[in-house]
Amino acid sequence: MEFQSFLIKYSEIGIKGKNRYVFEDKLVSQIARKLKTVEGQFSVSKVSGRIYVQAEAPYDYDETIDALQHVFGIAGICPQVQLPDEGFEELKRQVVAYMDEMYPDKNITFKVIARRANKHYPIDSNEINARLGEAILDAFPEIRVDVHHPDVYLYVEVREMINIYSQIIPGPGGMPVGTGGRAMLLLSGGIDSPVAGWMVSKRGVAIDAVYFHAPPYTSERAKQKVVDLARLVSKYSGQIQLHVVNFTEIQLYIYETCPHEELTIIMRRYMMRIAEKLAEKNGCQALITGESIGQVASQTLQSLAATNEVCTLPVFRPVIAFDKQEIVDIALKINTYETSIQPYEDCCTIFVAKHPVTKPNRKIIRKSETKLTKIDEMVETAMKTVETIVID
Amino acid sequence: MEIYFDNSATTPVFPCVREVMMRTMEDDFGNPSSMHRKGMDAENYIRTAKTQIAKTLKVDEKEILFTSGGTESNNTAILGTVSANPRLGKHLITSAIEHPSVANTMHWLEGQGYRVTYLPVDHEGRISLEDLAAAIDDETVLVSIMMVNNEIGTREPIEEISRVIKEKNLNTIFHVDAVQAYGKYVIRPKKWGIDLMSVSGHKIHGPKGIGFLYIRDKVKINPIIFGGEQQKGLRSGTENVPGIAGLGAAAEEIYREHESRTAYLYGCKSRMTEGLLQLEGVTVNGPAVDDGAPHVVSASFAGVRSEVLLHALEDKGIYVSAGSACASNHPGLSSTLVAIGLDPKLLDCTLRFSFSIFTTEEEVDETLKALKELLPFLRKYTRK
Repeated sequence: MEFQSFLIKYSEIGIKGKNRYVFEDKLVSQIARKLKTVEGQFSVSKVSGRIYVQAEAPYDYDETIDALQHVFGIAGICPQVQLPDEGFEELKRQVVAYMDEMYPDKNITFKVIARRANKHYPIDSNEINARLGEAILDAFPEIRVDVHHPDVYLYVEVREMINIYSQIIPGPGGMPVGTGGRAMLLLSGGIDSPVAGWMVSKRGVAIDAVYFHAPPYTSERAKQKVVDLARLVSKYSGQIQLHVVNFTEIQLYIYETCPHEELTIIMRRYMMRIAEKLAEKNGCQALITGESIGQVASQTLQSLAATNEVCTLPVFRPVIAFDKQEIVDIALKINTYETSIQPYEDCCTIFVAKHPVTKPNRKIIRKSETKLTKIDEMVETAMKTVETIVID
Repeated sequence: MEIYFDNSATTPVFPCVREVMMRTMEDDFGNPSSMHRKGMDAENYIRTAKTQIAKTLKVDEKEILFTSGGTESNNTAILGTVSANPRLGKHLITSAIEHPSVANTMHWLEGQGYRVTYLPVDHEGRISLEDLAAAIDDETVLVSIMMVNNEIGTREPIEEISRVIKEKNLNTIFHVDAVQAYGKYVIRPKKWGIDLMSVSGHKIHGPKGIGFLYIRDKVKINPIIFGGEQQKGLRSGTENVPGIAGLGAAAEEIYREHESRTAYLYGCKSRMTEGLLQLEGVTVNGPAVDDGAPHVVSASFAGVRSEVLLHALEDKGIYVSAGSACASNHPGLSSTLVAIGLDPKLLDCTLRFSFSIFTTEEEVDETLKALKELLPFLRKYTRK
C-alpha cells in the first residue's frame, strides 16, 4: 500500500503546558530539516495538536521512515490514509478498502478504535467503532473481532480530516533537538563517548564536540575516525561543530614534569579545563563525557572527583552506571560500534603510565600541577589553534 | 621532502606501465572476447603481457593465469588444488610465517575437514628441511611455502624444498607465494620444480588489482570463480586488460639490468642495516644482509612503540610500516615476529623499511639521521 501521509506521534511534549508550542514548532522544523536529506518533497504541518507529514511528490518509503526514526521527539510514525469528511457511507467504504489492501490475508482479528476530536461529527466514537466494525465483518467473512488482543488495531480519528491508520512504527523518542540547550561532548573515538552524546542529545540537547589530537603520534586516521563518529551521531543530533584541539605539546609537557602514575589524571584535568573553555566560547551550558564507573583507572570515583573538580559547568555522564555490554548495545543500535572499534591509537593510549594511580589524592594532584609553570600559555596556544570542523 | 620506504606494501608504477595502461583505457579499450577488431586489439595486449612475463621466468605463455593479485593467486592455488585433486589426500603443509591470504585459507580448510601442518621457523625465519620431510606423507596434496617473507625478508630454500617434496611424495603439489620475491630474484620455476607460483603486480611497480598465478603444464587445478569461461574457464570475468598490460610492462622493466639493480639494493640495505646497528637500543631482525631479500629491513627499537615512531617519522615525511602493512589493520601482533621468537617486549617496537630501485643513499642517510634524533626524544616518554 502506498501512503502519502504520516501522522507523527510525540509523547513528552504533550506535558509541557504553556511551552508546548515551542516544542511542537521545534519538532516540526527538525522533521522538515531531516526530510530535506531524503529524496522527494514533503510538507510538515501542525494542525490542532497533531503533526502531519505529507508527501508532495514520489518518494522512497523506507528511506523516509529511516529519516523520521532519526528525529528525536518522535514517539511513533503512523503511515495513514487521510480523507475529507464526505459522509459516513463513504468513510465505511474507505475503511473497508484500507483493510482489504493492508491485509491481503484476512485470517486475522481486529478492533476499531475511533476518536472523535471533531465534536460536530454526528456519530459518537462508540457508534463509529460498532458500525465500522460491522462493515468490515460484512465485507470479509474470515475476519474476526477481538476486543482484548486483536492482531490489528484500526485507528480512525475524526478531525477536520479523517485519519485511518493501523501501524505505529516506533520513533527514537526523546525531545526535539534544540529545546534543551547545548552541551560540549568530549569525543574520544571509543565506544562510550558517541553513546553518551547520543543519549544527552535525545533529551533535546544540541551537541558540540571536542577531540584531543596528538599529532604526529596519533594518526590522521584516528582523527578521521572521530569525524566519522561525529557524523554518525549528527544523524540524530543534527549539525555538530567538532573542535579539534592539538594536545601534543601539553601532553609531552605533563609527561616531562609530573610523576608518571599521575599522568592520566592530570591530562584529563586539562582536557576538562580546555573543554570547558570551548564550551563557554561556543554557548554550551554543560559538558558530556562517556565515563562509566570503574571502567579504567581514570574512571574510579576518586579519579572522577579529581577530574570533576576543575570544572564549574555541570558534567553529564549518561553511561556512568552502565555495564560495557549495555553501552555496546546502544552503540550497535545507533550504528557507531563498528567505527568505534577500529584500532587506531588515540592520545589517551599512546603516552600512558604502566601503573596509573587509581585513587588519586586531589591535594597531591593539585600540588603536582603547580610544577606546570608554562601550561597556561600552552593551553592558550591550544585554544587559539583549535580547528573547527562543521559536521552536518 | 618525501621518503617512501614502504615498497613491500606497494610501489609507484613505472612510467612505461602508466603509458601502456592509458592506451588500453582510452584507445584500445575493447573487450578481448569481442569478435571484432577492437576485441582483437585488446587481446593482443594480453598476448604481449604473457610473453613479457613468460620470458622473465623461462616458462610457457600458456602457463600464466591472470588474477586480481597476490591474494587471489594464493586462494586459487590452494583451493583450486584441493578441489581438483581429491584423491591425492586431505593433508596440506605450510609455514608459520605465511601471508594471511595463505594462512587464513589454510585455517578455513581445517574447518572443512582438512589436516594442515604449520612448519615452525628458526630465529631467522627459515623452515627446516628435516621438519618438512617428516611432515610429508601419502596424504599430502599440497605444500605452500613463501619464497620471501614480507615482514623480515627471509628467503626460503625453494629448490631444496622442492627436492625434499619430490623425494617423499611425487604426487604432492608445490605452491610458492613469490609476491615479495618476483622482481628481486631470478626465479626458474621449471628447473626448481615449482608447480604453482603467485605474483602480484603492485609490488613490482605495476598496477594494483592485477597479478598472476603460474600453473605448470599438466598441474590440475579447478577454478574458484565461475562465469563466462574466460582464460580457458580457469578464471572467468572479462580480463583486466589495463592491469594485464601494465603488469606485463612492469615485469619486463623490473628484470632489466637485474644484476646491477640488485647489487644496488643490497648496497642500500647494508647501509641502512649498519646505520641502524650503530644506534643505541636498535636490533635488526631476520637473516644476515646477503641471506635475505635485497629490499626489506626489519628493526626493533627498544622502548619505543612502533606506532609512535611510525607517526614521528611520518611527520618528517618518511613513510614506513609497523611490522607488516598487511597485518597492521589488526590489533593483533605480527605472527612472523612471534614465530621467529622475537623478544615479546620488542614485538610492539618493530618497524619495516622496504626499498625499491628508486631508493637513494641520501634517503637512507636522511632516515638514519631522523631516527638518531627521534629515538632519545621518544624514549623520554616510554611507559615507566
